[in-house]
Amino acid sequence: MIHAVYEMFLKNGFVLSFMLVGIMMFITQFISDKILKNKIPGVALAIALGLILASFGGKAGIADIPLFSGMALLGGSMLRDFAIVSTAFGASMQEIKKAGWVGVVSLFVGVFFNFTVGVIIANMFGYTDPGDIATLASGTCTFIVGPITGNAVGASSEIITLSIAAGVIKVLIVSVVTPLIKNLVGIKTKTSAMVFGGVMGTVSGVSAAMASINPKLVPYGALTATFYTGIAAILCPSVFYPILKWLML
Amino acid sequence: MKIYGVALLAACYFAGLIIGELLGSIFGVKGNLGGVGFAMLFFILLTDWMNKKNLMTEDYAAGITFWTSLYIPIVIAMASIQNVNAAINSGSVAIVSGIVATMFCFFLVRFLISLLKDESES
Repeated sequence: MIHAVYEMFLKNGFVLSFMLVGIMMFITQFISDKILKNKIPGVALAIALGLILASFGGKAGIADIPLFSGMALLGGSMLRDFAIVSTAFGASMQEIKKAGWVGVVSLFVGVFFNFTVGVIIANMFGYTDPGDIATLASGTCTFIVGPITGNAVGASSEIITLSIAAGVIKVLIVSVVTPLIKNLVGIKTKTSAMVFGGVMGTVSGVSAAMASINPKLVPYGALTATFYTGIAAILCPSVFYPILKWLML
Repeated sequence: MKIYGVALLAACYFAGLIIGELLGSIFGVKGNLGGVGFAMLFFILLTDWMNKKNLMTEDYAAGITFWTSLYIPIVIAMASIQNVNAAINSGSVAIVSGIVATMFCFFLVRFLISLLKDESES
């Protein structure tokens, strides 16, 4: 009987993932309300719980465990991107135009800044090959761009894995820490959410952070963060890498 | 029909991704360049226009807002499928650059937001 129930969950993994996430959110919301008196948003706790669960699995987090494989579909890039686009419903074009110049400035400053920090740290750790350094620095921008640069410059798979890891560390910090220091950083308005998305760039991290601060800010942060990913994917391999190589000669 | 709202959303999603693919091939980069961002812009422009022409019915909107409300659960599921172990065990260069870059970014955001305030006051 137990085996039959297990088989049933296994066959209906996607439906099971709805139930699991519902239970996770219920528990974390309860803890946030009753124990923490709303000092930490329930959503932030749920994301932290998700990350803890992920540590029980491997490459695909908890989805590596067959019973929880449905999480890979619910949390995968297809539904994530589709849902991100849907958050744009009700976003106002006027707000975006208002933030226009500062949004664009924060994008370019953000990509350049993250890449530079990545280069300095890779250098401090003794990396000397410009391709390795550029790959690590691209991962520091956002974990999607690490492999893009890595493939373009022919970096080894260890370096590419490291670059992804740097990006994932960033996602972890941005998701969990931002809601705690939102007043310190000054994230209140839609424009400030756009600046935040433009500088941080990680779509996952930024949208998770905005979701726990104020769900209305999600589309503004996510919009600049997705453009950040696009611009970083162009600049890192095609502009920054050649400059870095030239500087290091 | 709520599905019309969802279908419009899906159409904007693909329109954006196509632009992203095009940019990717123009710049010779593997992958989609900002496709989701373009999809969001298309969707904002389309729904803005539909609101003005009174074409956006409550029914369409309900189909769209259902997906909006699924966004947070999706993010939580996404957190649970990250390669957390590799990120933590991968060696200090990844951890240090991730932490240092993010910390500096918080300062940079704070600085840029403070510039914004001066702008609005002047």
